[in-house]
Amino acid sequence: MALSLQVKNQHLLNRAGFGITGFEISSLSKIKTKKLLEELVNNSNQKFEAFDVADISIKNLIMGVGEDTNMGTLKKNDLEQADRVKIREQSREDLKTLNYKWLDEMAQSKAVLREKMSFFWHGHFACRDVNIIYQQQLLQEIRFNALGNFKDLLFAVSKNASMLSFLNNQQNRKQKPNENFAREVLELFTMGRGNYTEKDVKEAARAFTGWGYNFKGEFTLRKQFHDDGEKTFLGQTGNFTGEDVLNIILQQKQTAIYLTQKIYKFFINDQLDDKNIQWLANRFYKNNYNIGSLLKDIYTSDWFYNDKNVGCKIKSPVELIVGLRKTLNIKMDEPQRQLVIQNALGQVLFYPPNVAGWPGGTNWIDSSTLMFRLQLPRIIKENEEISISTKADDDIEMGMMEKKKLKLAKNRFSGFNISASIDWKSYIAQFDNVQRPLLLEALKTAIVPKVGNKIKNEVIEKEADNSTRASYIKTVTIALMSSPEYQMC
Amino acid sequence: MSLSRKSFLQTSALASASLMMPKFLKAFEGGAGKAFVPPGNKVLVVLQLSGGNDGLNTIIPVTNDIYYKQRKQLGIEKSKAISLTDEVGIHPELKTIADLYHSGGAAILNSVGYPNPDRSHFRSMDIWHSASESKEYINTGWLGRYLDAQCSGCDKPTQALEIDDVLSLALKGKEEKGLAFKDPQKLFKSSQLNYFKELNSAHENHEEAPVDYLYKTMASTLSSASYIYKQSNLHPTKTVYPKSQLGTSLKTIASLIFSDINTTVYYVSVGSFDTHVNQLGQQQRLFKEINDALASFVKDLKDNNRFDDVLLMTFSEFGRRVAQNASGGTDHGTANNMMFLGGGLKQKGLLNAMPNLSNLQDGDLKHEVDFKDVYATVLNKWLGANDATILNKQFNYMNFV
Repeated sequence: MALSLQVKNQHLLNRAGFGITGFEISSLSKIKTKKLLEELVNNSNQKFEAFDVADISIKNLIMGVGEDTNMGTLKKNDLEQADRVKIREQSREDLKTLNYKWLDEMAQSKAVLREKMSFFWHGHFACRDVNIIYQQQLLQEIRFNALGNFKDLLFAVSKNASMLSFLNNQQNRKQKPNENFAREVLELFTMGRGNYTEKDVKEAARAFTGWGYNFKGEFTLRKQFHDDGEKTFLGQTGNFTGEDVLNIILQQKQTAIYLTQKIYKFFINDQLDDKNIQWLANRFYKNNYNIGSLLKDIYTSDWFYNDKNVGCKIKSPVELIVGLRKTLNIKMDEPQRQLVIQNALGQVLFYPPNVAGWPGGTNWIDSSTLMFRLQLPRIIKENEEISISTKADDDIEMGMMEKKKLKLAKNRFSGFNISASIDWKSYIAQFDNVQRPLLLEALKTAIVPKVGNKIKNEVIEKEADNSTRASYIKTVTIALMSSPEYQMC
Repeated sequence: MSLSRKSFLQTSALASASLMMPKFLKAFEGGAGKAFVPPGNKVLVVLQLSGGNDGLNTIIPVTNDIYYKQRKQLGIEKSKAISLTDEVGIHPELKTIADLYHSGGAAILNSVGYPNPDRSHFRSMDIWHSASESKEYINTGWLGRYLDAQCSGCDKPTQALEIDDVLSLALKGKEEKGLAFKDPQKLFKSSQLNYFKELNSAHENHEEAPVDYLYKTMASTLSSASYIYKQSNLHPTKTVYPKSQLGTSLKTIASLIFSDINTTVYYVSVGSFDTHVNQLGQQQRLFKEINDALASFVKDLKDNNRFDDVLLMTFSEFGRRVAQNASGGTDHGTANNMMFLGGGLKQKGLLNAMPNLSNLQDGDLKHEVDFKDVYATVLNKWLGANDATILNKQFNYMNFV
């Protein structure tokens, strides 16, 4: 069955971005999908600013290192222990700000294609590190290169301080190689397991010896630690540097295939289609790993709009939160409370579970997360109190949770509200031209396109408040958003 | 358990509340407040010490000079520790465990860990939860896979329950996942919204659509929630528990153990043991909470003749370094001890030698026992499950159960 134009457009917006915005619903049945895609691409190719949320005190501490002062050059070791603690604690706070600033961008910016692709790379190049300066740099590299060339992205990420630190390359020295970085680059970032040998890992690790960063987060090659001897890597022999190894990896067709598989899984369907993947990967490889072209290939393919690819993916927590915010034009009065939602649902930006990223799919769903997802729209609408304590993360809290808990217990802390307001007016206006008997179908199409067909109307009608047209739209919308179908996209 | 037995139990639970109780039932009940379920239903309770508990200040080598030399301020003196043997003491707050040790209800396993240890809390916890090797990433947990093996096709995943708001990786299987809740009543209330019930009963699973997974989870949550709530009210324990989080959690667990619920695994966490700074006070406070809660729990189980059927096991994602740091704390280490409590232990006391403090790896204890051996033992010998399938490999069995 062919999709209606509106459902087709919504499918594109779900996958290329974070769903529909509340003020574009009525236009989606008119605009051609090709035109819509053009707009998305144009909007995502505009110049934009990098985030900068780092507190000035951290910048002074970190950026001051290496500067000439009248006392001589300030070295990392000259920083007082107290300063280090300050950097760590302030970084943790600033990372929270970076988290919701980025959510704002996803929910409000027109450059959704760029932000969605950046969100993918954020999970692909999963990295846990608390230094806000380095993390900001990493996110910046990802967002600047998200739709560009994968080679640029790979080089930038591989030379980022957070990543080098997270994967222990600062300890990778000629005398005592540390293979962690080389292994993850091969296994998770480029080729995937089974396409190289243990020997290749060892040789690549040798090539990366000496790769490190200075206190400001700038990449440095520490020559005294670099092994400049001969290496044999993936069948080629030479006195390879780290850059050479990355280039050899990019020469492998397998790299294009592995990346395409991962992108297919993220943007199209958890069930891989080998034929489509082969076709996409061939073109990706031929186009010198141009990511924007790969996405265009996907979104202009007929099979992308096949029934089986529509509504088959479970939204990640971030997609769910951003999607709700977009569709209902939600204003977050206490933006940091979105972190609790992320935590309860199992996905906090900048805190991936491990270097393999978030596994996604049905891994998002268990009894607790599902019931919380189903109640979330109502909690936001009614500004209900939630009392949920998420698990402590000692990598973040460093044992401080214990102290906080004691403090909280004294205050008889029992719960909190998300404190968000929905802009119902502009949302309701989208349905002004819909006749009353067609209203339920129109709402279903907007909120749960295609997957919602099976929801029984009488179940929804029971939840509806029929007193006014506006209250009907509100209650039905929230009911539809509180369904298992709404978790799909 | 057969349906008739279940309804019999429910009827009798009602009856016991009234004066109309038939004589034969009274005889069967064997005294006020006693549990109905006959002994033999084995239960595992996992107590996770989150944050990396300092094992050396838990089970203390009270005659070891190196220990006191490396821990000038933090070392716990022999006179303060509760004595287990001539050479070994236990932290002064852990009186309940010391008593169990001397009465044959406790076992201690030293130097547990895994090769190539990771010092990140998150990663190391992941490794313990998923039972993976250090360089392996597995998205399911060992108890979740136990659930997969035990519960394929069953409608309630209540065989593994976590007393928490958020479900841990340990209890997530490929097909089945355990259920997390803090309070059976709260869980029940949240599942009672008519809308969810109606969505659920109106949904038809026909063509194996991706959304069916969500409906399946919703359906099993709704039915499990009322099942758990009903069970928790069948024989609510009358024992007094401390008001702490852990006390409340263990009280919930005890009430469920005394019911005829099909749960075999309970999971609960306490922390944070990440004692980089001022360790003494923090560890002491946490141990007091654990000790007081355990004292009630053990008494409760013994009073109800269920202590023999329960195995409580503690673990932490790693131990801490042998030497203390400059802030009155200890930093992340590697191997650690595990404790086993219960009336069904086949081997009691110290199961192996204390860690060798003169044979360290970069200042850290070397592991002697792979934690996956412990899992294999518990899965196979205690829960009667196929450990090799669940752990994807045959690990070595131990003899403590």
